[in-house]
Amino acid sequence: MSKTWDVSDMDNWRSDQFPNGAVIPVAGNSEEYSTGGWRNVFPYRNDEKCTQCLLCWIFCPDTSVLVKDDKVYDFDMKHCKGCGVCAKECPFDAIEMVPEGCELPEVKK
Amino acid sequence: MVKQTVIATTGNSLVAEAFRQCAPDVVAAYPITPQTAIVEDFAKFVAQGRVHTEYVCVESEHSALSACVGASAAGARVMTATSSQGLAYMWEQLHIAAGLRLPIVMANANRALAAPINIHCDHSDIMGARDTGWIIYFAETAQEAYDNTLMALRVAEHPDVKLPVFTTLDGFITTHTIDRAEIMDDESVSAFVGQYEPENALLDIENPTSHGNFASLGGTYFEFKKAQREAIERSRSVIKDIGDEFSKLSGRPFDVVEGFGMDDAEIAIVTIGSTAGNARHVARELRAKGVKAGVLKVRVFRPFPSAELAAALKGVKAVAVLDRSESFGADGGPLSLEVKTALYDAENRPMVIDYIYGLGGADVKLELINQVFDDLTDLADGVTKPSGLVYLGAR
Ligand code: SF4
Ligand code: SF4
Repeated sequence: MSKTWDVSDMDNWRSDQFPNGAVIPVAGNSEEYSTGGWRNVFPYRNDEKCTQCLLCWIFCPDTSVLVKDDKVYDFDMKHCKGCGVCAKECPFDAIEMVPEGCELPEVKK
Repeated sequence: MVKQTVIATTGNSLVAEAFRQCAPDVVAAYPITPQTAIVEDFAKFVAQGRVHTEYVCVESEHSALSACVGASAAGARVMTATSSQGLAYMWEQLHIAAGLRLPIVMANANRALAAPINIHCDHSDIMGARDTGWIIYFAETAQEAYDNTLMALRVAEHPDVKLPVFTTLDGFITTHTIDRAEIMDDESVSAFVGQYEPENALLDIENPTSHGNFASLGGTYFEFKKAQREAIERSRSVIKDIGDEFSKLSGRPFDVVEGFGMDDAEIAIVTIGSTAGNARHVARELRAKGVKAGVLKVRVFRPFPSAELAAALKGVKAVAVLDRSESFGADGGPLSLEVKTALYDAENRPMVIDYIYGLGGADVKLELINQVFDDLTDLADGVTKPSGLVYLGAR
């Protein structure tokens, strides 16, 4: 478990630099792999409506709701897949899913 | 040379014996004619406690190779055997085993594919697997089936290779007929094949790894396929080195292509597997009459020995390629396509005729081989020109 694996330059690796058979030779490194590229909508949180109940943090299947000092402060856009679970589960309608590449919506009052 | 015992037995029994001597950790297999005796004999060895292998009885060939893939990823030395429809049923796992770089050794009893149903020898099954990424050995005799199996394991597990390997023998002709063979003692085989050191064993819980991962669009799939190509190219020298080592040990020659009379041959037959014996017999008779006939047997089909073949055929005027399988709609059978590709860049390339022969076990009579050499003589003398594919001996 002490082994580490630096994949930061993977996009430039040649065929002989990858492990045989697409094996991932060490554990606990999936967070280094960006999966956010699948997203076509992203969550936008209205801080005024948010009561910090943390339900979005509990429900996010990708642990992409970032919390510090018991408060939601952002989303991890490297891993958020835009599934919309957080928006659906928020009891206060404080999260809106916004299409990628669009202007931020007018914040709903 | 090591101590050897001369025995009379079938190709299947010898392959089972070779498996036992290699002492695989796992064998998962399903019976199918004409391979059944391999796994049957091997299962008996397990039951008798003569080999400590986890023998997995599965419900199909798809499961057989799936279990082998899992066991190999877990870090086990794995061997299995199949034939014909069984091999066809393993299709997707063949690609997975190669792509995951798992050094599984599989014996295939070469047999025709349905329809119509036929249990006899041809190479349709194994030739269908020629692009799956496996290394492929062909045996002419039971002895070669034994020898190839031992070499195959070393090649598969070699750190520069790490690819699955087929070791094939002709259904019934080689699997079931009793032949003279020499076998090594168990200790010598153990010393030759050595201990398997898996690279990323799933069962190594101190070092967790993940197998069967995703590599998609814009990702690394392309590079992984290139790595597979590089590995099978590297296997060329590994196959030769291990072949040399084995030859010294056994006293039996090995090469990826093996020639008879090729030093001065003007006409030659290129073939694979058991038919090479018939071809050599006829060539020997013709040589006694002053005809410069030769035979070139391809013993390793993947990676294809193009350079060796082109070198051996240098100076030959007319070549017949005997294919025991079809590539329907192509310009010839699989072997002839490879041979012609190998000769494309050669200076003074010989003329080549493609023969499809012996499908579904159709008898390969000496008259047919004689007919081929007669055709080659006419071609070499300028009496005839190559006129496309010939179905040798078919009505
Ligand atoms: S959209 Fe889905 S992945 Fe992204 S933060 Fe919300 S729940 Fe998590
Ligand atoms: S579920 Fe809604 S209200 Fe609760 S913390 Fe998340 S955004 Fe805020």
